[in-house]
Amino acid sequence: MNFWAVFKIAARALARNKMRSALTTLGIIIGVSAVIAMVSIGQGAQYLVQGQINSFGSNLLFVMPGNVVQGGANVTTAGANSLTLDDVLAIERELPGIAGTSPMLNAGGQGVYGNQNWNLRIQGTNEKFTRIRNWATARGSFFTDADVQSSSRVIVLGNTVAEKLFPGEDPVGKSMRVRNLQFTVVGVLAKKGSTFGNDQDDTVVMPFTTVQKKLQQRAVLSIGQAMVSATSERGASLAETQISELLRQRHRIAEDEPNDFRIQNMSDVAAASAQVLGIMTLLLASIAGISLMVGGIGIMNIMLVSVTERTREIGIRMAVGARPSYIRLQFLTESIVLSLMGGITGMLIGGSAAAAFAWYFDWPTLVSTLAVVIAFSFSTAIGVFFGYYPAHKAAALDPIEALRYE
Amino acid sequence: MLEQNGAVIRIDRVTKIYKTGDITVHALRALSLSIRRGEFVAIMGPSGSGKSTLMNIIGCLDRPTKGQYFLEDVDTSTMGRAALADTRNKRVGFVFQSFNLVPRTSALENVELPLLYAGVGGAERHRRAKEALAEVGLPDRAKNMPSQLSGGQQQRVALARALVNNPSIILADEPTGALDTRTSVEVMEIFQRLNQEKKLTIIVVTHEPDVAKYAERIVHVRDGRISSDEPVAERSVASEVLKALPVIIPEKDDDE
Repeated sequence: MNFWAVFKIAARALARNKMRSALTTLGIIIGVSAVIAMVSIGQGAQYLVQGQINSFGSNLLFVMPGNVVQGGANVTTAGANSLTLDDVLAIERELPGIAGTSPMLNAGGQGVYGNQNWNLRIQGTNEKFTRIRNWATARGSFFTDADVQSSSRVIVLGNTVAEKLFPGEDPVGKSMRVRNLQFTVVGVLAKKGSTFGNDQDDTVVMPFTTVQKKLQQRAVLSIGQAMVSATSERGASLAETQISELLRQRHRIAEDEPNDFRIQNMSDVAAASAQVLGIMTLLLASIAGISLMVGGIGIMNIMLVSVTERTREIGIRMAVGARPSYIRLQFLTESIVLSLMGGITGMLIGGSAAAAFAWYFDWPTLVSTLAVVIAFSFSTAIGVFFGYYPAHKAAALDPIEALRYE
Repeated sequence: MLEQNGAVIRIDRVTKIYKTGDITVHALRALSLSIRRGEFVAIMGPSGSGKSTLMNIIGCLDRPTKGQYFLEDVDTSTMGRAALADTRNKRVGFVFQSFNLVPRTSALENVELPLLYAGVGGAERHRRAKEALAEVGLPDRAKNMPSQLSGGQQQRVALARALVNNPSIILADEPTGALDTRTSVEVMEIFQRLNQEKKLTIIVVTHEPDVAKYAERIVHVRDGRISSDEPVAERSVASEVLKALPVIIPEKDDDE
């Protein structure tokens, strides 16, 4: 008896109870589509985050002021001013393998141009920002070292700010006001997009000296954080230890005392976020996998009902010469067809759900072949696993009893 | 051992014992029976006589507890379930009282079933099934579902299914039990015709003396033994009985 004949018998048996077959496959459909959607969305998120981290450059280090211990009590990071411009300059001057450093000072303020205004997120930095952040200007140019030295009132706009304050205009060369001070727009940064709803383009950049001297009420020499670019990705972890040693020395920290700064290595961040997202994806996928299991139990249930209902038919088939193994194969095929139909439909639904999600939230879609292969083989395996017992029960029937069954 | 002179069926001191809990039932007690090729035999007996057990053993649905059963000189008493299934498939054609067609499956496909399990290819299966349906006078009912056929037609489909794989024996269990008089005679007429024209061995299990009279030999079973085994003195000829019966206008549902 060839496979096609077995398949046809199975398909016909399932077609006899269309509603029941459809409801049974629904369990598998939901399970498989959930697995596919979850894994795809999870991988999309991973890809997205990875891409954003890579856009920072994986040889990037962040140095931030850390906890300052005063009299045994931890003073919070926000209040700490343990990182100074001199520290940053020392890092660049004294350490080999550092391509550049860029201090970061954050401030806020209202920006006004004509009758437009926008609440600005101001980053004060130096001219190395474009190279270290791997972020070029789309129009105009970035400010120069001379601007930093002279703390000039120049400003580079993020794409969002440019669109809000200068709708339909080229902002380069225009004069705008920040906290009632006149600034000249020298450039507009390239569009970067958003991370989890956080718009990276909603920012403006100006020399950190300008922030220190013009925008802050009192002269503060400490800085919010510093970005350090190592010459290579490998050099990043070496640079991390070197920076740590240097800063401990400069801050005169005794050997048994903790650091008063923190260093974040971009590749560590990448690894950590990949791990978190990986765990999240796994978690979601296993919840989805449980629903796939439940779907499998549904198949087993309906196959048991089907075997009981068709006891007499099984008896007839045995009487005309069907071997027990044929009967087993027939019922096994039915459950596999059920779960495969569910698997394929689930794949389509899960794939489209992931695609719709990605489209709506502007994420990269990654309906991975792996997820498809896993869902496909998983649903077949479920068909075999949950179909075997009912099929075995059918094959074990005694033809005489089965023929007598009412 | 019995003589082998053309015996399709040789049952040699077969005993069948059923054990249900503490109760032991001796359904057959060292029963011996031989049926020649081309014979038309009726097996009769009251319920509980063991005739159903005998039929199950002849039909390879069951195995004897003791003794041997040869079907075409092949000992089936030690066969496993798969081998028994193959033997049923190739050597036995069943006709049941309640027709036992697979529901919601067309007449043609029902007839094809034994060929399907015999591994016959689709085209030949079709051809042979159609031939078998023509043989029983239903050439134009191939596509009908069992529920669209009358009792007589269903039994004829069952007969076609029994015939289709050229079995050694046709085993009919109360084939007319669910049919009216005229249809019963019509079915017996087909049996007699097949027996005469194709020299098919036919075994009919029945408790109706009228039906048994269409056979050429009647075997009575009682208490698990053969109580009598005699040729039929005045054999009924179904085709003649039919002529004597009043013609009934076919019911509407007979023609769909």
